[in-house]
Amino acid sequence: MTAGPQTLPLSFVRRDAVPPAPAPALVSGPLAWLRANLFSSPGNAALTLIALAIVVLVAPPLLRFLVVDAVWSGQNRDACRPEVVGHPVGACWAFVADKINYFVYGSYPIEERWRPNVFFALMALGVGWLLWLDAPRRDLGAAYFFVAFPVASFVLLSGVPALGLAKVPTSLWGGMLVTLVVSLVGIVASLPLGILLALGRRSRLPIVRLFCVIFIEFWRGVPLITVLFMANVMLPLFLPGDVSVDRLVRPLVGIALFSAAYMAEVVRGGLQAIPRGQAEGAMSLGLSPWHRMRLVILPQALRIVIPGIVNSFISLFKDTSLVSIVGIFDFIRTIESARVDPAWAAPTVVMTGYAFAALFYFVFCFGMSRYALFVERRLASGQKR
Amino acid sequence: MTASTLTAPATLPDIDPDLAPQNTSATRLASAPEAVTLEKVNKWYGAFHVLRDVDLTVRRGERIVICGPSGSGKSTLIRCINRLEEHQAGRIVVDGIELTNDLKRIDEIRREVGMVFQHFNLFPHLTVLENCTLAPIWVKKMPKAEAEAVAMRYLTRVKIPNQAAKYPGQLSGGQQQRVAIARSLCMSPKIMLFDEPTSALDPEMVKEVLDTMVGLADEGMTMLCVTHEMGFARQVADRVIFMDEGQIVESNTPEAFFRAPQHERTKLFLSQILH
Amino acid sequence: MSNPIPAEARAAPRVSPLYDPRIRAAAYQILLLLAVGLAAWAAVGNAAENLRNARVASGFGFLGNTAGFDVNQTLIPFAAANSTYGTAFLVGLTNTLMVAVIGIVLATLLGFTVGVARLSPNWIVARLAGVYVETLRNIPLLLQLLFWYVAVLASLPAARDSYAFGSSVFLNQRGLYVPRPMLAADAWAIPAAFGLGLAAALAFAARARREQARSGRRLPVWSVGIGLVAGLPLAAWGVLALSGAAPLSFEVPVKGTFNLRGGMQLYPEFVALVLGLTVYTAAFIAEVVRSGIQAVSRGQSEAARALGLKPGPTLRLVVIPQAMRVIVPPLTSQYLNLTKNSSLAVAIGYPDLVQVFMGTVLNQTGQAVEVVAITMAVYLTISLLTAFVMNVYNRRVALVER
Repeated sequence: MTAGPQTLPLSFVRRDAVPPAPAPALVSGPLAWLRANLFSSPGNAALTLIALAIVVLVAPPLLRFLVVDAVWSGQNRDACRPEVVGHPVGACWAFVADKINYFVYGSYPIEERWRPNVFFALMALGVGWLLWLDAPRRDLGAAYFFVAFPVASFVLLSGVPALGLAKVPTSLWGGMLVTLVVSLVGIVASLPLGILLALGRRSRLPIVRLFCVIFIEFWRGVPLITVLFMANVMLPLFLPGDVSVDRLVRPLVGIALFSAAYMAEVVRGGLQAIPRGQAEGAMSLGLSPWHRMRLVILPQALRIVIPGIVNSFISLFKDTSLVSIVGIFDFIRTIESARVDPAWAAPTVVMTGYAFAALFYFVFCFGMSRYALFVERRLASGQKR
Repeated sequence: MTASTLTAPATLPDIDPDLAPQNTSATRLASAPEAVTLEKVNKWYGAFHVLRDVDLTVRRGERIVICGPSGSGKSTLIRCINRLEEHQAGRIVVDGIELTNDLKRIDEIRREVGMVFQHFNLFPHLTVLENCTLAPIWVKKMPKAEAEAVAMRYLTRVKIPNQAAKYPGQLSGGQQQRVAIARSLCMSPKIMLFDEPTSALDPEMVKEVLDTMVGLADEGMTMLCVTHEMGFARQVADRVIFMDEGQIVESNTPEAFFRAPQHERTKLFLSQILH
Repeated sequence: MSNPIPAEARAAPRVSPLYDPRIRAAAYQILLLLAVGLAAWAAVGNAAENLRNARVASGFGFLGNTAGFDVNQTLIPFAAANSTYGTAFLVGLTNTLMVAVIGIVLATLLGFTVGVARLSPNWIVARLAGVYVETLRNIPLLLQLLFWYVAVLASLPAARDSYAFGSSVFLNQRGLYVPRPMLAADAWAIPAAFGLGLAAALAFAARARREQARSGRRLPVWSVGIGLVAGLPLAAWGVLALSGAAPLSFEVPVKGTFNLRGGMQLYPEFVALVLGLTVYTAAFIAEVVRSGIQAVSRGQSEAARALGLKPGPTLRLVVIPQAMRVIVPPLTSQYLNLTKNSSLAVAIGYPDLVQVFMGTVLNQTGQAVEVVAITMAVYLTISLLTAFVMNVYNRRVALVER
């Protein structure tokens, strides 16, 4: 401490408060923001310019293709041919509009299409019930989604003549309908199976554990496409000769086993995150192992892994596109077959089809990933609830 | 009374008769039935010998405080009593039931023995009330309304009935520990085990938990407490047991234990914790 | 309860077999074994009968049969007339591995760049990187591959109207034409010089460590090391070039009237696959890198700065080692994903393991069990080897925690 006239005396009490003063211009305000975030140094300024160049290079042509030059209505390829319409043509949305029913239902009979529509509504109900964290009776919601809804969907979509619903062979199903059916079968089958496998992998019984580890690591170690090939050619082999397996069921079995293995690892992460004290607390109260798991451990573990489950559902949803490779008419396959329709032979039709598909997948996946993020934040902040 | 309940006097130094307890509880307890009996209990973690020939008899209504340096096996000892840990040699008899591998007996014993943990181990996904009613409903098959009435009675006793609808995470550490005590009491245990119930608490919350425990002691609950709260030991314990290296080194009434510890280890330990 | 312990409790503890955990455990496990065994037995029985009925050969003898089909892109010699199914398998395997290695290198470079960019203090750079990641990882890889292959590469001009980048790289419908590197006979001197430089640099680093331990003086390890590793090969190159024998020359593709001659042709399938895998996986790697860097708490770098370390050493000695600990395991699993995803090659016709073996060979021979088993075994081996290496790594870097 240097002694000086301003030095505080040893004993001091403040009588007058210092009022807050406005910050200098370069500390706050839009100019300061620009300076701090974009031009803090020459290097940073150069980066900003490069990034701006990329934006200018990509965004306007993209916008021009998708919106400005796009063709919104038309009956056939002539609407989207520049030499016919006389101006540059961007996305040919008329093509999508013309084919939209095919993209949604595939070849599902037109007079029966109310059935997929009811299925979509039932699905929205189940998904909404489960994803809304404060929804009433979420246990009922789970029962609905994992038991009632799959049974109802099967009856509805494939038809039961006794109930007045005509049979619709799966070879006629297609488009988004199949994509959603495959994803839902994946999630409905993989979650219970995954929980069982995760519990088995943490079991004290060595044979059970070994069996689960081998099962999980096998499916996680091979690409999905090989699993689908295998389901296609080997499933009929392994069953008695007189049993025939539906073309759509084969990849479904493959997808269910494949995603169960991934789900098991997600659930295992949740189980590992539950402190040992929880099991001990339950034990000290005399709860049986089954009750310990059902009432204390699993409810907590599953809650923690909701983001993980949603994320693995996103991968599953994207992966369902692979069934198109083994000949199932999913959404991608309908795009692939519609884009070569001679009635719509125009230069931008291919790009339009892919853009539409990309938009469809993006909306679903991005939405789900935002949801997972939201749950994660809520779990992190709301440990207290 | 001390000598009579410890069946391995050879490991203990002789107790000066002048220091023998003139505690009135001695007469009260001498005739009480045995609640917990340990005979030559041994346990190993791998090659590490955690409990070595532990002999201990706890009578109905007796309050025992167990202390000792960390790693001395005191927590392991009481965790063996409700089979959170398995002992490898010796016998443990709780309320007339011998602990064996029999799952049914283990369940029976756990129903009779309540336990309070250092880190509470409340179930964070259940409300305070649900924490308390979980075991009565699922283990004792008690009707829900009755279980809730019982739970509210005990929550009132630990002085937090107004927190019943909250989740454990919304309570302070002291409140959580009191909920944990109430949760155990809802199973109407005959014996309560306390595993360092105050060591994870902020200093200002220790007293409310200890007061609850004192209240419990006053009602005649059989208690085994692993704790370093020596004030609590002085106030309620019938007997203080000092453990080191997996053995019971010294056991005496609180007055004698604190006034004139006999074993060198005990003296050293007490000098370190009582400043 | 009476005072002494009741007689039945004093007696030797008898355990009812129904409630003995050991007996229960054994019973559960035997049941599981029985169930799995029965299922496997039934499956094998059915398969044997079905194969017999379909008159499909069994065993691995088919690997020695002549393949009789052609593959347009091979790393090893392959001819329809005399190559076997076994060779076809190797062709597929090497093609898979080549795509995987190239994809991994490119995806790492792009992914680290984007990941670091996402954390950039520069608002617009961070946003741009964010848009990249969110867009690409939310669109199925298959769709991206189709986009590159069908929509982009197929709409390229014919050979005579190729896009030219400089005078030696051309892009057209038939793929990407780049100069083919040709090594001269004495080119071995360059890798030799590189090895020598590396050894010298390591020796210098060891000396620097001893010097530091002795006197505390820091020798300029990095600048000397880089000088040795880069300088020696360059010097070797220079000497060779001056002596008249160019160690490395390139055969440049030449544009004719209708076609391109010479150079190295990268087929559109290959280009689309590498491009798609790289761009897709890079989005995931970027996320791995971002979360790895963010996992190192701000307090760590603040503590290092408070000790007086400069930003460089702070990053090198404190932040990066901790971030790598977090980054490496998920990064490896992204590498594995890329390798497994390369099997999507089958959708655009690049001859990888799945396309050649599970596709063509399976169709020709009909030996589904053997072909599927071999293919899956390859991927499983790669996965398990990687997992093993990762376990060793994790054990080595695991923080010592109580």
